Amino acid sequence: MRMLMTGAILAELDDLASEFDLLGDWEERYRYVIDLGRSLAPLSETERSDANKVRGCASQVWLVTEPGPGGVLGFRGDSDAHIVRGLIAILLRLYSGRRPDEILAFDARAAFDRLGLKAALSAQRSNGLFSMVERIRRDAEAARARA
Amino acid sequence: MTFDPADIRAQFPILSRQVNGRPLVYLDSAASAQKPRAVIDAMVRTTETSYANVHRGLHTLANETTEAFEGARESVRRLINAETTAQVIFTKGATDAINLVASSFGLSLVAGDEIVLSEMEHHSNIVPWHFLRERKGVVLKFIPVLDDGSLDMEAFQALLGPKTRLVAVSHMSNVLGTINPARAIVEMAHAVGAQVLLDGCQAIVHAEIDVQALDVDFYAFSGHKLYGPTGIGVLYGKAERLAALPPYQGGGEMIGSVALDAITYADPPHRFEAGTPPIIEAIGLGAAAEWVMSLDREAVMAHEHGLYRRIKERLNGANWLTEIGTAPGKGAIFAFNVAGAHAHDIAQILDRYGVAVRAGTHCAEPLMRRFGVTSTARASFALYNTLEEADAFADALSRAQTFFA
Repeated sequence: MRMLMTGAILAELDDLASEFDLLGDWEERYRYVIDLGRSLAPLSETERSDANKVRGCASQVWLVTEPGPGGVLGFRGDSDAHIVRGLIAILLRLYSGRRPDEILAFDARAAFDRLGLKAALSAQRSNGLFSMVERIRRDAEAARARA
Repeated sequence: MTFDPADIRAQFPILSRQVNGRPLVYLDSAASAQKPRAVIDAMVRTTETSYANVHRGLHTLANETTEAFEGARESVRRLINAETTAQVIFTKGATDAINLVASSFGLSLVAGDEIVLSEMEHHSNIVPWHFLRERKGVVLKFIPVLDDGSLDMEAFQALLGPKTRLVAVSHMSNVLGTINPARAIVEMAHAVGAQVLLDGCQAIVHAEIDVQALDVDFYAFSGHKLYGPTGIGVLYGKAERLAALPPYQGGGEMIGSVALDAITYADPPHRFEAGTPPIIEAIGLGAAAEWVMSLDREAVMAHEHGLYRRIKERLNGANWLTEIGTAPGKGAIFAFNVAGAHAHDIAQILDRYGVAVRAGTHCAEPLMRRFGVTSTARASFALYNTLEEADAFADALSRAQTFFA
């Protein structure tokens, strides 16, 4: 099934894809992901709460959802693992500041495939990222229902 | 009895595959071990040639399968030197075996009775006892773990008392590799009239187990860590202990007779094996037991220790590395953290190099807390691993570390 991807989010994916196109083998890609994670603003201790925790196993993942102007949803996230934090940085670039319908129309798995990070969004519970996408989509659905 | 590592390795079909374009280096055997050809063949052969339901069948296939199934029980009996096959109960796994004891033995407990566990237990040897704490007011006490990963035996002595009904501890830690002094634990527990359950999931893979010499009341282990299939495990119990235990689950196979207003139960082991058992899996476990018994187990242990020593030598002086669990005589399990990286990061990078390790809490959250960490990575060695693989692991880990330096 081909998902409908709207302008802004797709443009961001294009930007990410061109950044990743400059990278060579998987080692460079992983190093870049780790760097993206390092540049992500960490959540505060209070934001790293159980309520904001997304279920993972090996590493911990937190997500904060904040409604923004014009019905968009803002997201901030964090993890105690570097690679996961880098992948979160990518997810946030794609999802944060978008309208719920844009979020729900977006196929994150296909996007990660395009970036050559296919394994990152596996449905394994050890990887909190998959659950993070689910939580983002749930929050978007709830916001759409309220609108 | 022989042990030739190269010959052993050739018996494991899966070990010749590649991962991410590199030869697989499988260092996650403490979670689940790969299966040798002998186990795979035994399961396929039974499925293809003589499969039927076991017991009470009057036709040829039923008789053949029953013979193979009960033959597997005899193989396991010999593996652990149990007195009789009636003391070898097939369960779904070690978790199921421990739940069986918690459920059936637990019926005799009252509020204030004490169960002694340890800080290094796997959740499967903690949670079933928490049920008894929640449901019956049983008091749980935990033997502390010393800094090197060994049990604080003095503290253990102090925890024992007239209210201690059961001591349930791991024979070998799935994280630290510590081999606990089982015989001493049993003696100390028996001295206060308490029974002992040993979680032998790891120990049975690496050492010869003699339940009679240990004088242990219950011994639990799973099949899939012992080069056998998943879905099958064993609970050994002393004859008088099992005779006193009420049934666990109800169903077919476990009854003497059933009427509308009364019921009698079968004797052990069948009293504890309600329903159609995992037949093929039991036969697979029997094959695994026979296969393991055909090996020179001292040579196996020496080989595994050699692998552990090799990575210790190769990583000696790495100031970015912290090992958890350094007890004398420990088994070939290497739990570690890399400075500046999460265990999850390390496992993900190692996977890219074809090296399979585990990362997380290893179902031992109290132990993680004891060592002040949220998780560790863990490389666990088995008899099919080689010195070249130990080197490949050390090289991959040293390279993975540079990502986070």
